[in-house]
Amino acid sequence: MEKRELTCIGCPLGCQITVEMENGEVISVTGNTCKRGDVYARKEVTDPTRIVTSIVNVDGGTIPMVSVKTRSDIPKGKIFDCARALKGVAVQAPVHIGDVIVKDVAGTGVDVIATKNVEAAE
Amino acid sequence: MLTYDLVIVGGGPAGLAAAASAKRNGIDSIVILEREPELGGILNQCIHNGFGLHTFKEELTGPEYASRFIEQVKELGIEYRLHTMVVDIDASKKVTAMNREDGLFEIQAKAIILAMGCRERPRGALNIPGYRPAGIYSAGTAQRLVNIEGYMPGRKVVILGSGDIGLIMARRMTLEGAEVQVVAELMPYSGGLKRNIVQCLNDFDIPLKLSHTVVDIQGKERVEGITLAEVDNTGKPIPGTEEHYDCDTLLLSCGLIPENELSRGIGVDMEPVTNGPAVNESLETSVDGVFACGNVLHVHDLVDFVSEEATVAGKNAAKYIKNGGKHDEPSHPVIKMNPTGGVRYTVPKTINVDNMDDQITVRFRVGGVYKNCYVATYFDDELFSRRKRPVVAPGEMEEVKLTKEKLLAHPDLKQITIKIEEA
Repeated sequence: MEKRELTCIGCPLGCQITVEMENGEVISVTGNTCKRGDVYARKEVTDPTRIVTSIVNVDGGTIPMVSVKTRSDIPKGKIFDCARALKGVAVQAPVHIGDVIVKDVAGTGVDVIATKNVEAAE
Repeated sequence: MLTYDLVIVGGGPAGLAAAASAKRNGIDSIVILEREPELGGILNQCIHNGFGLHTFKEELTGPEYASRFIEQVKELGIEYRLHTMVVDIDASKKVTAMNREDGLFEIQAKAIILAMGCRERPRGALNIPGYRPAGIYSAGTAQRLVNIEGYMPGRKVVILGSGDIGLIMARRMTLEGAEVQVVAELMPYSGGLKRNIVQCLNDFDIPLKLSHTVVDIQGKERVEGITLAEVDNTGKPIPGTEEHYDCDTLLLSCGLIPENELSRGIGVDMEPVTNGPAVNESLETSVDGVFACGNVLHVHDLVDFVSEEATVAGKNAAKYIKNGGKHDEPSHPVIKMNPTGGVRYTVPKTINVDNMDDQITVRFRVGGVYKNCYVATYFDDELFSRRKRPVVAPGEMEEVKLTKEKLLAHPDLKQITIKIEEA
């Protein structure tokens, strides 16, 4: 039997979770305080994912950069591919929260969207 | 002279939530004074996610969280002035501020909410020996350069201090192509949230060296390298443990200090442990009608709790203004909070039961890491509650909730003690 110690990231409490596994199957999850911890732990040992946040250039805006994020989490192994795909991307102001900046980033099927409003410079 | 019922100093998360709350509680004459060109405060540069789980039940980035409150402030029609720096506040609640359009101007307020936030502890306060070359930044300065201005401060990075901003910047610099070699922490535990250690360091195999500090900085024009050493339990470097790292950048994430220059100018009583004003149950300082909330009061880990605290401050400021700028005589003795046995401070410091809502949240921090302990609350000498905690640590703020009903059941109560007890 394999034991994995995890720190839950579902919320800032950061519960210490122990997952017991056998032949790649989760046998038990302990140490979590809520259901989210159980879900996270099972996922983290089988299919870990992360939301990636970054910035891209804005042309003609009131500020030079706009912050962005993946609309939902992407596989942990794709973090750097996502970061590379955002290098050199520039969008035209105005940009609004939720606007799609890059569609289907790094073949994940997940869009990168703006997380800040940037109005066009007058 | 301009007059407003309520002047809010700072348009970050605390100021925004306080303004919205005061307006909803019946105050129309409000102005927020903000030094930066936009509202939102430090959230604008915190582009990572993890904000708002408590407030909005979803995980937002800093700018998204800020925009929720900025929208509220705009919808409520609350006035704000940007590019506006408050330079002085006096005890009669006269605010002196300036900006490019109006020059120097004065506002007479009936009540003031202090929401200026905090600043990073600079190198000068850390006593690191070595030269003073370019390439040494506080983590928040680097965050601003990367996320707002779009500049990379360096390529080969060492981070001193494992505060949340340092951890977040370890990941951020890594994603932007820098090589973050190590995060060193003077204490035997990290000052950052667990989730940040997992997501910002472990995910990228960045080592965290506890009980280590920087003992030398090399390079005259630009940082060329640093020397780390292990420290003993008194924080003194242990000879023979020195390790050299080649780097062009050193980021410092060594704590935050509430920004209370203006508060001191007013003459409010300060709490030496938090470096913030001492406040009562209404989050009111020792000067009547001057309230404080957010990181200027005590440094928080979670913005959700800043918003919650600021909402209370806004409500109480509204109550004070509607009551004609005075307080009624308390009908019970004012209860003194007594933090002891591992608990370093409490906010608030005193409770007047008449003025509290049905429930009050007492927030505090502990002085060390305690495992399997109890957070115990005593009403005078009588045990009131004892809550089991698997772990409490200085990096994570704790709270105890007290209800008005329970406090009224003890009409002669003089002191509430909060302490950590071994299980």
